[in-house]
Amino acid sequence: MVATIQPVAPADVALSVRDLTVNLPKGMERTYAVENISFDLKRGQILCVIGESGSGKSVTANAIMGLLPKVIRVSSGAIHLDGMNIVGMPQDKLRSLRGRVVSMIFQDPLSALNPLMTVGAQIDEVMTAHRVGTSKSRRGRAVGLLTEVGLPDPELMYHQYPFRLSGGQRQRVMIAMALALEPTILIADEPTTALDVTTQAQILELIRDIQRRKGMSVMFITHDFGVVAEIADSVVVMEKGHIVEQGSAQQVLKSPGHPYTRRLIAAVPHLTGEDRVPLETADKAPILKVEGLMKTYRSGSSLFSAQRVVPAVNEVSFDLAPGRTLGVVGESGSGKSSLGRLLIKLLDSDGGGILFEGRDIAKLSEAEFRPLRPRVQMIFQDPFASLNPRSTIGHILTVGPVAHGTPYARAREEAKALLAHVGLDAGAFDRFPHEFSGGQRQRIGIARALMFKPKLLIADEAVSALDVSIQAQILQLLDQIQRETGVSMIFITHDLRVASQICDEIAVMQKGRIVERGPPSQIFLDPQSAYTRELVAAIPGEQPGSTRPVAANG
Amino acid sequence: MRGFLLNRLSQSLILLLIVSVIGFLVLNLLPGGPLAQFGLDPSMTQDDLERLKEQLGLNRPLLIQYFDWAWRLLQGDWGHSFRDGAPVLAVIGRHVPATLLLMGTSTAIAIAIGTWIGIRGATHRYSLFDYMATVGAMVALSIPTFWFGLVGIYIFSLQLGWLPAGNMYTIGDGSVLNYLHHLIMPSIVLSLVHVAIWSRYMRSATLDAIGQDFVKTARAKGLSERRVIMKHVVGNALLPMITLAGVQLPSILTGALVTETVFTWPGMGRLFLDSLGYSDYPVVMGLLMFSAILVILGNLIADIAVAIVDPRIRLG
Repeated sequence: MVATIQPVAPADVALSVRDLTVNLPKGMERTYAVENISFDLKRGQILCVIGESGSGKSVTANAIMGLLPKVIRVSSGAIHLDGMNIVGMPQDKLRSLRGRVVSMIFQDPLSALNPLMTVGAQIDEVMTAHRVGTSKSRRGRAVGLLTEVGLPDPELMYHQYPFRLSGGQRQRVMIAMALALEPTILIADEPTTALDVTTQAQILELIRDIQRRKGMSVMFITHDFGVVAEIADSVVVMEKGHIVEQGSAQQVLKSPGHPYTRRLIAAVPHLTGEDRVPLETADKAPILKVEGLMKTYRSGSSLFSAQRVVPAVNEVSFDLAPGRTLGVVGESGSGKSSLGRLLIKLLDSDGGGILFEGRDIAKLSEAEFRPLRPRVQMIFQDPFASLNPRSTIGHILTVGPVAHGTPYARAREEAKALLAHVGLDAGAFDRFPHEFSGGQRQRIGIARALMFKPKLLIADEAVSALDVSIQAQILQLLDQIQRETGVSMIFITHDLRVASQICDEIAVMQKGRIVERGPPSQIFLDPQSAYTRELVAAIPGEQPGSTRPVAANG
Repeated sequence: MRGFLLNRLSQSLILLLIVSVIGFLVLNLLPGGPLAQFGLDPSMTQDDLERLKEQLGLNRPLLIQYFDWAWRLLQGDWGHSFRDGAPVLAVIGRHVPATLLLMGTSTAIAIAIGTWIGIRGATHRYSLFDYMATVGAMVALSIPTFWFGLVGIYIFSLQLGWLPAGNMYTIGDGSVLNYLHHLIMPSIVLSLVHVAIWSRYMRSATLDAIGQDFVKTARAKGLSERRVIMKHVVGNALLPMITLAGVQLPSILTGALVTETVFTWPGMGRLFLDSLGYSDYPVVMGLLMFSAILVILGNLIADIAVAIVDPRIRLG
């Protein structure tokens, strides 16, 4: 189960975890969050801990920080931080280590900073908590740190509140905070997962750069093998609370030993750069033709203060043939989700036309559009939030068609058939959403959309919330459904790799405009616009031009 | 910020206009009318009543009466009491300090104790304290204020004789201590229900804040638990409470009305009930407008306070 661990001289090891078992409270799906795990983080190295949700990687990190919730207990094993065993250490001693010997940065920089305190005060606080320096020296140090993490105008930044900063900038502030007392170990819990791909590349670069400069030891938790390929010296692979494989990055990536690792690596979406074999359809006339579509957001009150005007969708035009998939790719704020909502008329457009089967739906009123609604369906991002927890799956599936006049008995038969079709048991019909996993819920979401036999499916980040192995299955399901039903799809995503898997054509959006549109081969191998080139270059673990950079033999 | 203020102010004015129209209409459409009181006097003839109507301008169309009243109101002339002919503003002015004293004290008690109970309940969730606080809040919320008042008078005034049963001060003794002695029971009785409300909201706001990522960040920095709670959790939890304080103001005002009656407290609440009894419409309308202004002002202050405390609104 556990790969053999090479004995290392203790002086070489910054963090050593031995036979660690962490109990979960009773009534959870398993007894242990992690069981008998052992690994070492050598000084001056980056160790990546990789696993899917529920693998126990975050619990391990929190155990090392001494930040486990009260109901979750370390039941056996040892954690040596810089030679000290912290398991069973009294709270106040643990506290004096946090922030000083071991620091942590988190996944979501938007919520990890206190909105009511300035950036400077939050960095200062780390030093105050450990009684380091005078208020003047702390201030100087804080400004120095802000400079070090590459923030513009550090003096001004010191007095800034977090809401003024972008996600990437906030993650830099988090890093500055974590570095304030020059800790031996930095734990980074999915620090780039919530960031755009170009920002992610910058933050990875920064972490690696600082780690090298300071000779720090970094434990980097991620679910993305692309990120592992970018920065890891060594890798620990976790599955359901166990370490299934560990070794050097080279070794794990190039010749993974455990089947789970191989499966994980194989499931990572890669830039294919190969065009999809298009589906042959009888009707070639475009099902959707969008011309000069506009949407402008206005915020700030109208009467007395100046309005803020944000063009979310700006002169967007494209067409979509039956049975084809158009990928809409862009970073946060590019307008891709607004575009999706405009197309399904959850949002009213300010100008331009949306010709659906030759009819301009942009100008239709809600009542006029309603008969058309079944033909355009949406699959949502968050499979946990998009299903009503108080409705049975059967109700979720049938309520729409019944409202549009289908007799209940027929709707029920169709729903059961569809559930089987998307890979679920027909018994799912009478169950509730909480009884299903994320991937299963997304299947339910897809079945719900298909109940209407739509002509056009809009999938807004439909696989972004899912683990990679589940992601691959859902993409396959969508592909299969398209081949069977000939439905057209608009696939909105921030992940170029995912888009390259499923799309016939990709439109790259930036600041509300489509900056480039073409087949995957063009977008990834021969991008025409500078922005697309930048996006493609920023994808972790991919070298431009090669098709399968990590794990050649999967 | 200036735009925000002007916006809120203009909204408030529109709100006041609506309140005044509705209040005026309801009062004048009620059966009886302002002269019912005079009609009870056997020495008044029908002619006398007609003459009075003419004098007071009550024979004009309702719309004209409203505009006349509103126009005078804007100029500071709130009319005269039917009862003793004293200017309405002066009558209200005599009763306002007592009500403000009672409301202020009980609000302060409610906020202080409610906040403390809420934070402690959230940080010691499902503890004995938390259960007791939950049960206590349910009891305080489900029993009417006047009952607490009567029980309080029975126990502390009649049985134990510790506290006075009513009034604001003993005639002939105007000392601060005497005022405080009289203030204790009414302010605590009035605050009970608000302690309950406030502590429940504070508990859930604190729990929300504790679950936030930045609290984990604060712990990861090595801050003491006390500082994590006081600085990071409470600061953020209090933010929605400021708005709540503004929203709760009308309910405190209503509560004051009941409490003042129970404790014969010489405030606006007593004045309102008395004036209604006498069909003293100018005073009733005046009180209505005055409390509307008070409530709107309270909410305005709460909005401004939130804007000042929250940098996202102040600078955003």
